[in-house]
Formats: sequence, C-alpha cells, structure tokens
Amino acid sequence: MNIDSISNGIVIDHIKADNGMKLYDLLNLGNLNCSVAIIKNVNSKKMGKKDIIKIDANIPIDLNVIGFVDPDVTVNIIHDGKVVEKKDIGMPEKLVNVIKCKNPRCITSTEQELVHIFKLADAETKTYRCIYCETKANI
Amino acid sequence: MRSLIDVQDLSTGEIDELIATACDIIQTPAKYSEACHGKKLATLFFEPSTRTRLSFEAAMYELGGHVMSVSSGATSSAAKGESVADTAKTVSCYADIIAMRHPKEGAPYVAAQNASIPVINAGDGGHNHPTQTLTDLLTIYREKGHFDNLTVGFCGDLKFGRTVHSLISAMSRYANVKFVLISPEELKVPSYVKSEYIKKKGIPYVQTEELMDVIGDLDILYMTRVQRERFFNEEDYLRLKDSYILDPKKLEQAKPDLCIMHPLPRVNEISVAVDDDPRACYFKQVLNGKYIRMALILKLLKEAGTL
Repeated sequence: MNIDSISNGIVIDHIKADNGMKLYDLLNLGNLNCSVAIIKNVNSKKMGKKDIIKIDANIPIDLNVIGFVDPDVTVNIIHDGKVVEKKDIGMPEKLVNVIKCKNPRCITSTEQELVHIFKLADAETKTYRCIYCETKANI
Repeated sequence: MRSLIDVQDLSTGEIDELIATACDIIQTPAKYSEACHGKKLATLFFEPSTRTRLSFEAAMYELGGHVMSVSSGATSSAAKGESVADTAKTVSCYADIIAMRHPKEGAPYVAAQNASIPVINAGDGGHNHPTQTLTDLLTIYREKGHFDNLTVGFCGDLKFGRTVHSLISAMSRYANVKFVLISPEELKVPSYVKSEYIKKKGIPYVQTEELMDVIGDLDILYMTRVQRERFFNEEDYLRLKDSYILDPKKLEQAKPDLCIMHPLPRVNEISVAVDDDPRACYFKQVLNGKYIRMALILKLLKEAGTL
C-alpha cells in the first residue's frame, strides 16, 4: 500500500498498533482541513506491527497527548520533503483537559467548568490519576 | 496557603508533631483555652455528619474560638447551584479556617485551590477523610505508645471503607508493621491500595475471610461498618452487612491488650456487650478526634500567620 510522502508536515511514527486511532481522536485531527492519513498495522522489524499518522501541514501539536497515549513514538517534522526535527516524547507529568474523569462521584462530574487535570502517579505502570478524586485515567 | 486534603500531605515528622500537640492539650487544656481567641472556623458540611462536625466545632470552642456552620447542602447557596470555588472564596471573607465535608470527591481540594484561608477536608465522599486517620493514629499512640511492631487487623468493608485505606497508608510508614485484612470476597481491599501501600513496601500481610482464624494475633482490630450508602444495590447490602459481628465470645480468643477501634457510627458489627470491655477503644477514639482536630486547627492557623 502506498501513501504519498509529504513535503511540509508531521509524521508520527512507531505508534503501537491500535494506538493510531486513539491519537487521532485525542489530537482532534478530525477537525483539520488538511490531509491526514492513518496507516494501521504496518509491518515493522522492531515492533512487528505499528501505526503511522501523516499530517500534511505544520500544525501545532500537543506532545503531552502523544506522550500520554504512547511515549515511545517518534515525531518527525518535515520541511521541503526533509526531516528537519525529531521531537523527543516522554511521559508528561500532567495532562490538562486532554481526557475527562469518568468517576461519577468526582467533583468534575457536577462542576462543568473545572479544568480536568491528571497527574502521572506511577511512571512504571504508566498510571495517571485525576487530581481531584485520584481515579485512574482510562483512554 | 497550607490546607489538609489528604493525610499523605503530612510528613511523618508533622504527624508526630500533631500527636505531641494533641497529647499536650490533653495534659494541659488550660494552656490552650484561649489559643484561638477571636478566630472563626466555618464548618461547611454538604453531607450529613454528627461526629465530625461536632468534633470540629467542639475543638474550636475549646481553643477559645468561634464557629459558623452550614450543616446541609440544602440550606446553603450550593442548593442554588453555587460552585465550590465560589463558596470557598466567599467564606474566606468571613472565616479564618474552613472544615469542609462534601459528597463529591475532590470538592475540598477545589475549595483549597480557591480559598485564601486553610481548608481541612472533613470527608469527601468515599475518597479522603484525613482527620479520621489522624484520630486513629492518636488513638493507637495513646493506647500502645508506639506505631512500630504492631499487627493491625482491619475487618468488614475494606473495599469502600476510606478510613481503612487511609490508615493502611499512614501505618505503612512505620517499621515492622503487619496487616491482617479480614473481609468477605466482595469487600476486599482494592488492589491499588494493596500494591501501593503494602506490596511495594514489602510489608507482610494476611488476607482472610475468617475473623476467628486471626483474632488472637492482633494488637489492633479496626472494625468497619458495611455502609449502606456505598452500595448501588440493596440486595448486596443486606446479604453482606452481618458478615462480621464482634461479640464477647469472639473476644475470649483475643489478646488481653487488644485495642478495638471503629470509626463509627456502628450498626451492629460490634455488639453493645463489648462496650464495657476495657479493650473497646472506639469511644475514646471519638474524644481523641476532638484533640487531634484542635492540634490541626492550631497548626494550620499558625502556618497561615493567623495566630
């Protein structure tokens, strides 16, 4: 399968298979006017299977969202057909208004204007918890 | 502004300091009787409570201070839809310190982020209740004289019992502590509590459904109520509520210096016949709650520069 290479834009590579759509949704890529390609289940020597996202524009992108979903991905910035920058992705300490707390007893369930914040509680298990009620984050 | 939302916010040194102050208050109450003269505590209770609210209010009165009280969400601006943040900002204009109970988890945290005075979490749903944990710690200290080298049993609802999770985390700081977790299968300690506070720290523990198999090993027996309001299903509540009832017969096999604790209110999990046993400490616990809250109010007002 061939997907055209892009001359100016962003390539998110080495996404664990099945995480591509999660990233697409959480980065709100569906709202963009430019071309966006999600390539699922690409054969990879290192990973077996992986997903790739190509965005045909140099838009600002929330690296915290990427780090939350999949801190091992590679983000390449493409300019004039060449990789001009590789962004380091790690697990962010804090997520602000990326996901919502699903605990019905959490104060955020009734006070709609509160900022939804999750903090990294355990880097080993990649666990994030709501700062209000400590409920574990689920994508 | 320093508040107390979670007992984990306090260092072991600070807990020791609060316990020392509480013990000093017990020894020399007159020294503290005007310590908060002219200061005002606002108790904002958006959920029913007898002990905790009265305990905070008695604590402030015994420090020579004043109390303003909201005892139900229905009689406050919350009923008109006021946010917790706005309530906290408003009350900051009247009071010097807030004690807040709220049915929503995290509400006191939101209050603390917005208030210009210290906020004490007096219980937020099934989440945190730090002053109950401090009460429990003071009781253990007064009964045993130390926190290390104790076998602490928890019995009843260990799944929804916030006081249990919080006391496990607090006691896990001390050396040579052993936990015995006694509950029906449906009400076991959540796995995250076990992994974060017991397994990760290498603390020995026993998990069992049978109280009588382990009662003789315990230095502390922390009984809990199977709380109706934590169940979504009435059938489950009725099936489980009588699982563990402590009575004088069962206590025959316990150590002579066992310390029986309960955060109260009790339903029927401790027979009233146990009340006269010298090992019953749950009403002493209520009294200790007032003293530790006095110590906490003093600490937070001092740190805020109000005293």
